[in-house]
Amino acid sequence: MYRYSSDSYGKGVSTGTTILALKFSGGVIIGSDSRASMGGSYVSSKLINKLVQVHDRIFCCMSGSLADAQAITRAAKFQLGFHRELCYQHKEELSAGFITAGWDRKKGPQVYSVSLGGMLVSQPFAIGGSGSTYIYGYVDAKYKPGMTREECQTFAVNALALAMGRDNVSGGVAHLAIISEKGVEHVVVPGDKLPKFHDK
Amino acid sequence: MAATAAALQFSAQVSSLNNYNDLHPDWTQREVSTGTTIMAVEFDGGVVMGADSRTTTGSYIANRVTDKLTPIHDRIFCCRSGSAADTQAIADAVTYQLGFHSIELDEAPLVQTAASLFRDMCYRYREELMAGIIVAGWDQRRGGQVYTVPVGGMLTRQPVSVGGSGSSYIYGYVDSNYRTGMNKEECLKFTAGALTLAMERDGSSGGVVRMAIITEKGVERQVILGNQLPQFSTV
Repeated sequence: MYRYSSDSYGKGVSTGTTILALKFSGGVIIGSDSRASMGGSYVSSKLINKLVQVHDRIFCCMSGSLADAQAITRAAKFQLGFHRELCYQHKEELSAGFITAGWDRKKGPQVYSVSLGGMLVSQPFAIGGSGSTYIYGYVDAKYKPGMTREECQTFAVNALALAMGRDNVSGGVAHLAIISEKGVEHVVVPGDKLPKFHDK
Repeated sequence: MAATAAALQFSAQVSSLNNYNDLHPDWTQREVSTGTTIMAVEFDGGVVMGADSRTTTGSYIANRVTDKLTPIHDRIFCCRSGSAADTQAIADAVTYQLGFHSIELDEAPLVQTAASLFRDMCYRYREELMAGIIVAGWDQRRGGQVYTVPVGGMLTRQPVSVGGSGSSYIYGYVDSNYRTGMNKEECLKFTAGALTLAMERDGSSGGVVRMAIITEKGVERQVILGNQLPQFSTV
């Protein structure tokens, strides 16, 4: 199949998910779908929350094996609680295969993604998981720097809805966490309230 | 030639332990493939078809100005993705069959007929072939039509269809931007935008954007060069 598939598809680590995070002036929005599946055709849980709060204003979203992801985030939470200053300097070691986003006093809103090879990149927005391949074109076209919070929220919900519409291992409800200086707000958009796009 | 390729492949597997793959460049062991982005959209009065222009042999770009929009008949074209050899052979065979059929009937063939011929061949030889084809054109009976024959040999008609390795990245864009009742200019802009986004993300797609507009009046070809592609503000 090497002749037909692009290289990143089916690498194996990021599966069964659509996750994204984006920066707006004043904070970040981090979002994910809610479906967990085993073996690609059995939906084992319709409503899991893939957004993990590692600290007051730092979230990460997991993609890939849930067991691995939970172990890593537990370790991250522990370290952050004890050694706060040190951990800000060692952010790199705390996330693996994830998108981490949050707000802190020093640098304001930030989005970091750690790619499969271990490269840490700070970006205005990041997408990941199996469903993310379907929305690269959409986010490239629609993302504009300096969006307001409402525009970002609409953008995130639209992107998740499009990905969930095409990826059979992403679905359920859309979870969003909006993080800013004031705190964290959770928004859940159930499946029937998601925007519908032209269904051919 | 096949024996040489097989011999090279075998020696590459053996020597991968020693890791001197540099001596055998990637493209000597890979088949030529149109890792690709192709697309076609119906509008009232015709169709707009588009494709990138990159043909790769592994990581080497064998042709950076390929024309993947192949004429099958006066007002029927196909976009080819998958193995370059397979799709060229299929397109040649269908062109012959359709030409013969058209002469027998003494009238222009239907787009659905062309699509069925593609489907028959792609399904019958599905084990040997690696071909994803979009057939589009205009005929008197049903106007502009787009039919897609993906790998495996299914046939279905859709108002808009994307294919090739780069298509995964633009499903979201296509789903959100397509509306029924677009006119020709809107379709052109939609196609050029979608192909540009796919080319930016897919390593196997790139080069220029080639488009064909097929209507009752005939076929109009367009090329959008690299520096004229629409710009999207990404970081």
